[in-house]
Amino acid sequence: MNHTPTTEQRLWMYRHMVLSRYLEERIESLYMEGKTPVFNMAKGPIPGEMHLSNGQEPCAVGVCVHLTPEDIVTATHRPHHIAVAKGVDLDAMVAEIFGKATGLAGGRGGHMHLFDAKVNFSCSGIIGEGLGPAVGAALSRKLQGKPGVAVAFMGEGAANQGAFHEALNLAAVWQLPVVFVIEDNAWGISVAKQASTAVPRNDRRASAYGMPGVHVADNDVEAIFSAAGDAIARAREGQGPTLIEIETARLAGHFMGDGEDYRPKGEKEGLKQRDPIPRYRRQLLDAELLDDISDTDLVEQAHARIEAAIRFAQDSEFLPPEAALEMVFV
Amino acid sequence: MSMTTTGAGTRKLTIARAMAEATAQEMRNDPRVFVMGEDVGPLGGVFGNTRGLYDEFGAERVRDTPISETAFIGAAVGAASDGMRPIVELMFVDFFGVCMDAIYNLMAKNIYFSGGKVKVPMVLMTSTGGGYSDAGQHSQCLYGTFAHLPGMKVVAPSNAYDAKGLMTAAIRDDNPVVFMYHKSLQGMGWLGTEKGATVPVPEESYALEIGKATVVREGHDVTLVSLAAGVHHCLRAAQALEDEGFSAEVVDLRSLVPLDRETIRASVAKTGRLIVVDEDYHSYGVSGEIIASVVEHDHACLKAAPRRVAYPDIPIPFAPTMEQWALPNADKIVDAFHQMMLS
Repeated sequence: MNHTPTTEQRLWMYRHMVLSRYLEERIESLYMEGKTPVFNMAKGPIPGEMHLSNGQEPCAVGVCVHLTPEDIVTATHRPHHIAVAKGVDLDAMVAEIFGKATGLAGGRGGHMHLFDAKVNFSCSGIIGEGLGPAVGAALSRKLQGKPGVAVAFMGEGAANQGAFHEALNLAAVWQLPVVFVIEDNAWGISVAKQASTAVPRNDRRASAYGMPGVHVADNDVEAIFSAAGDAIARAREGQGPTLIEIETARLAGHFMGDGEDYRPKGEKEGLKQRDPIPRYRRQLLDAELLDDISDTDLVEQAHARIEAAIRFAQDSEFLPPEAALEMVFV
Repeated sequence: MSMTTTGAGTRKLTIARAMAEATAQEMRNDPRVFVMGEDVGPLGGVFGNTRGLYDEFGAERVRDTPISETAFIGAAVGAASDGMRPIVELMFVDFFGVCMDAIYNLMAKNIYFSGGKVKVPMVLMTSTGGGYSDAGQHSQCLYGTFAHLPGMKVVAPSNAYDAKGLMTAAIRDDNPVVFMYHKSLQGMGWLGTEKGATVPVPEESYALEIGKATVVREGHDVTLVSLAAGVHHCLRAAQALEDEGFSAEVVDLRSLVPLDRETIRASVAKTGRLIVVDEDYHSYGVSGEIIASVVEHDHACLKAAPRRVAYPDIPIPFAPTMEQWALPNADKIVDAFHQMMLS
């Protein structure tokens, strides 16, 4: 079935892509504070690894537009776009990225470990680790007779993890309401997909588990919307899991500080020309769902929301260091 | 002394039966509790600890899984975080190698990484121990491995009374609990069961506080500290020492995390001598931790250097001659005491 988004859904997807991108742009500049001229990951207001999601926003919004806060999402080490689209509390999320007391976990988790139970969002820094929990959350809903689907996001590299195959089999053998979404950005850090993966398309691996596999080309927001709409509807109707692989683009490095020398010459420039946000803006302008004034308004509001979250984080205190000893157990 | 303060009748249970009874009672009271793992369904668990549950609660709540420990332990974390209270079985603790990520990066860390806002109320049951020539991939204890990594409570009962109470407590706990049951205590005839593990168990439900050790035999010349099967070696050694005119106190740890250092220290303060008995590997493990916990607190209380009777730092061999030679037993504990008194 070919789903077409409503105007409201289109503008929601666009707005959340803009929100996410601006968040990443601001994090990018804040992250570099204290890290020049010598790049030292431990320095600056945001220390540690930083994996930006620039370019992958269509995956997040095209899927999450179909979800409610009750639905479950597990995300990856590159989680910001998905967290934004899932409705994670932006202030608490940015504060967590800064390691502050007001952060989602008081600064114990950081950017790879964002948990917002209010909207059933979590992520993890280990490749393929979110799949089992998504299957289990779906099982939980089935056992409790409560509505809700679980969506496990992953990169294309995760499809070569044992956890991927175990989780797909388990979800299929128990016919659970799970959707597995692969964001194929073509690179596992520096290793190209074709050098690591025996099949050109991971959606074909779905056949090994008797579930539908769907491929979405070209980072297309509305094609993702349609594929995800089908898969989530199937899950809600009790028809079991689906695997979706989306061709997306990593416009930044694997992490900040990545020299990206492994990329073929010109690849990044080509990807930037196909940046999904200007593309979708053009599409909405052409469809007259947006005009220059309303676009400016939407962008300004999004930027203001992100700036407010950053100010909230910057103005927040750190927990006393000995708070590190708390919350090992509840 | 747990075994004598219960007011229990004479009904004796094996640890396997006690675990299944505690689980059934919790499942009757709480629809969130369910069980999953390999062969936990109609078979009732390879080690009998889910026997009867499938017949009473059915396939939805007593779920046989594929041989996919990463997926189903990860799924238990997801279900626990979503409001369920899963009990999941890792058939042999040795199998942790295929799924440790789900255990120590997910199960053990999600509470912390959520700032305590996500609870992970799940029990990971797993069998430990050898002594029946199953060789080095089915006979380990790995107590120290699990207790070392923060974020998991760890219990290891020595008898059925404690097993039932700790199982009930583990299921009710909002934190992940690793429930390590020793195969030689399990009451499965084919594993050469330790008779002392099968004890009177009340029929009504009860919980034992996790993190409390217990003095299972009082004495004043030496403190023998152990857990699970090692407790029975200690009790036999204590009897042998009594025949020689010495009085040994035996502390059953019951829990490794939290560790009841107070009970250990109080006993050693009284006896002045400490021998730790551990079927897990000698180095970097429980025995070293117990000794350090005493010595760093008060080295002056010791009349002799503490000793340990632990499994040597070798993979567990198959041949019975080699395996039995390597395992701790009562004779080795008595020998350790003799050497302590000579030095």
